[in-house]
Amino acid sequence: MLDYAIGNLRSAQKALQRAGADAHLTADADEIAAADGVVLPGVGNFGACMDALDGTGLTDQAKVAATSGRPFLGICVGMQLLYEWSDESPGRPGLGLLPGTIRLLPDGVKRPQMQWNRLAVSSHPLMRGLEGQWMYFVHSYAAQVDENVIATVDYGGPVAAAAARGNVWATQFHPEKSADAGRHLLENWVRTVADSIALLRQDHS
Amino acid sequence: MKVVRVIPCLDVENGRVVKGINFVGLRDAGDPVELAAVYDAQGADELVFLDITASSDNRQTTVDMATAVAEQVFIPFTIGGGIRTVEDARRLLRAGADKVSVNSAAVSRPELVAEIAAEFGNQCCVVAVDGRRSDRPGIESGFEVYVKGGREATGIDVVQWVRRVVALGAGEILLTSMDRDGTREGFDLAMTAAVTAAVDVPVIASGGVGSLGHFAPAVIEGGADAVLAASIFHFGEHTVAEAKAALTAAGVTVRPAG
Repeated sequence: MLDYAIGNLRSAQKALQRAGADAHLTADADEIAAADGVVLPGVGNFGACMDALDGTGLTDQAKVAATSGRPFLGICVGMQLLYEWSDESPGRPGLGLLPGTIRLLPDGVKRPQMQWNRLAVSSHPLMRGLEGQWMYFVHSYAAQVDENVIATVDYGGPVAAAAARGNVWATQFHPEKSADAGRHLLENWVRTVADSIALLRQDHS
Repeated sequence: MKVVRVIPCLDVENGRVVKGINFVGLRDAGDPVELAAVYDAQGADELVFLDITASSDNRQTTVDMATAVAEQVFIPFTIGGGIRTVEDARRLLRAGADKVSVNSAAVSRPELVAEIAAEFGNQCCVVAVDGRRSDRPGIESGFEVYVKGGREATGIDVVQWVRRVVALGAGEILLTSMDRDGTREGFDLAMTAAVTAAVDVPVIASGGVGSLGHFAPAVIEGGADAVLAASIFHFGEHTVAEAKAALTAAGVTVRPAG
């Protein structure tokens, strides 16, 4: 878990441990390079998070980890940082691992969306068993619903709740705060990490 | 889709839950982790811990409590009470709280709201507002901000105040009617409606719940995004699941319990 000194990271760490992962908070390049899977959390403002990533030297680490093929999971603003741009911080590039711009939630709904909402999911290993499950959201901006989106919720129309492209997966909601449904999602991801370790071992044997 | 949250509120002192928790079968009625787990199992959407620790020397106990709760309870929780500086907020958020709530410290120094929002984001900056009906001059909405647990009038209009704190960066308003708090007569719907009409951030209605029928009007008439209650849940009279069933029966969308 990339530790770039933002808000509450402990909850996500504890939830990953509960889901079976040996989860560490770290900003150490060697530890990140040796990890079987990498989590990019995030909370607050897009530009402030990118600045904090830069400030801790983790921007390149995040890009290297995401392009290495290892399982990579962005959470909340950590999902938004994966995209190219955000209207929250115009002119401040994101990591550019997913195409598109993060935009403000639609007019006519409260911003932030601060509530539980029910997922409509597409077929993807991260979303296995989660159709109709409830997750906790806190956000004012979201990715656009495009071909990478693997789950949506209804909030003034369909809103991107999760996305995936190759090994880079992400959730706009907070699985670490979404009770049993969130645990189920993290277990799906941890299982993917375990499977990829097994595949790597096969390749080497 | 607006999904209304049901939020039990727990008073804590020196890291222990105090004031009339009375469930059957609790091992330790003062253990915040055990109580949080009970409410989680009942379907609580969030929890609010109100720190009433008198001495600032003992504030570390609240940080320790946040750590313990965050390790074992996987729903969002807010801590309010005694937060006077960005550093106070940072300690609680780093320990695992999702949001912090400021009240009288924001009245004394409104910039605190802007400072917390700038540092950690609006989403974790809750401003708690204690209001009472008032016909004093200058209180145009008829509702006045009180501090010191509802004892001290400030001369500030509730509606003007919530607009101001939202402009400063508050991401949510926790609105308590000090006229209704403890009366079990139901929420102050007029005050709730005045505040939800004035700001576009989520508003939690609080103060006065005495029966299951009191929840839905806060949403339908008051426009609240969340409902908070203490004693109705603590004494084991009603569960969060029952509150959600009552809301659902009234046509309000909630996350189903269990």
